[in-house]
Amino acid sequence: MTAIEPIPTETPPADAARRSDADAWARPVDRLSTTATGASVDTVTGRRVVGPIQGFGQMWQKTFTVRLEGTAMTPQELIARWKDEFPTFWPKGNTFYAPLAGIAPGEVALFAVQAVPGAPVRMSSGVMVIYADDESFTFMTPEGHALSAWLTFSAFRDGDVTVAQVQALERTADPFVELTYMLGANRFNDRFWEGTMANLARAMGVVEPVVGTVKICVDRRRQWRYVRNIRYSTFISTAIGTMTAPVRWLRSRSAGTREE
Amino acid sequence: MSDTTGRIELRSTDDPTASLIRIEGDITSASEPALTDAYTQADGSGARTIILDFSGLEYMNSGGIGLLVTLLVRAQRNGQRLLAVGLNEHYRQILALTRIDEAIGIHETTDAALAAVR
Repeated sequence: MTAIEPIPTETPPADAARRSDADAWARPVDRLSTTATGASVDTVTGRRVVGPIQGFGQMWQKTFTVRLEGTAMTPQELIARWKDEFPTFWPKGNTFYAPLAGIAPGEVALFAVQAVPGAPVRMSSGVMVIYADDESFTFMTPEGHALSAWLTFSAFRDGDVTVAQVQALERTADPFVELTYMLGANRFNDRFWEGTMANLARAMGVVEPVVGTVKICVDRRRQWRYVRNIRYSTFISTAIGTMTAPVRWLRSRSAGTREE
Repeated sequence: MSDTTGRIELRSTDDPTASLIRIEGDITSASEPALTDAYTQADGSGARTIILDFSGLEYMNSGGIGLLVTLLVRAQRNGQRLLAVGLNEHYRQILALTRIDEAIGIHETTDAALAAVR
């Protein structure tokens, strides 16, 4: 009896069409550097990235969503525009400085945000893009940032409507920021992202965007082993720099007078 | 949300205090119900060690890595150890990038993981 040879076909193997995550993730880095300009690079350069595991305060999962009702935009189109125009959606008074290569895996961006609502003082820091594909992108914060966090920006279909979403998984970085969070900074942070999502929806043509917010305290415990994160605090160094600015200005002025 | 083609199942180990959660295919934010269910069953069986077996993992996005963090927090809250086995070089790098490897013990095999907790 002759064995029948299997007939070769041109059908690709079952796993040929599988998506790959290989290009979406950044390579591990020990210390950060950036090509972005516009804000102080000292708050980023040479620092390590941190996530909620390395933070001090209670762990929060915050999810902000907005439905792009009345638009024909696909999730992929939305994410492409979100990446390209990311800085333009931030609330007024806050600036995001994208790296030269844009929002791509491994890139590090800078920003300057209002440290206190309405105050003229702005705090600089940055974020590393740890993941980016055509449906989402994710940032991690550096040491010294007020939050030890992951922020994931994504888009998906819900029926016929595209939904934009920001999800933060975060702890405050140190006891000082945790105290400010308890005193209202947590809500201030929420308003920042609610404002961003509303701006995004308006830019996509939504007339009256409705932003949904869901906050879950994932872990009520504080991680006291990370209490020393305070030594990196950009918030504190900014506050000290602001408070001592008049003294430094007077000193430099008197030194200039003596030289004359 | 991304569609998921993953499969998550709970398996017993030689150690009655350790449960193994095998992850196959994709892990994304859509995997949350299955992963939570597997963990809840492991927790209910009294496991003190949870081993995540990634040898069948083919795709993980940032939503998937977020699930690992929330799982880690739940395990820590319940006084359990979370270990990982079967990671290839690519996924080891992702755990290093996200610094999850500082909180989850990584081992080559299930036997090595079980030996480490004995």
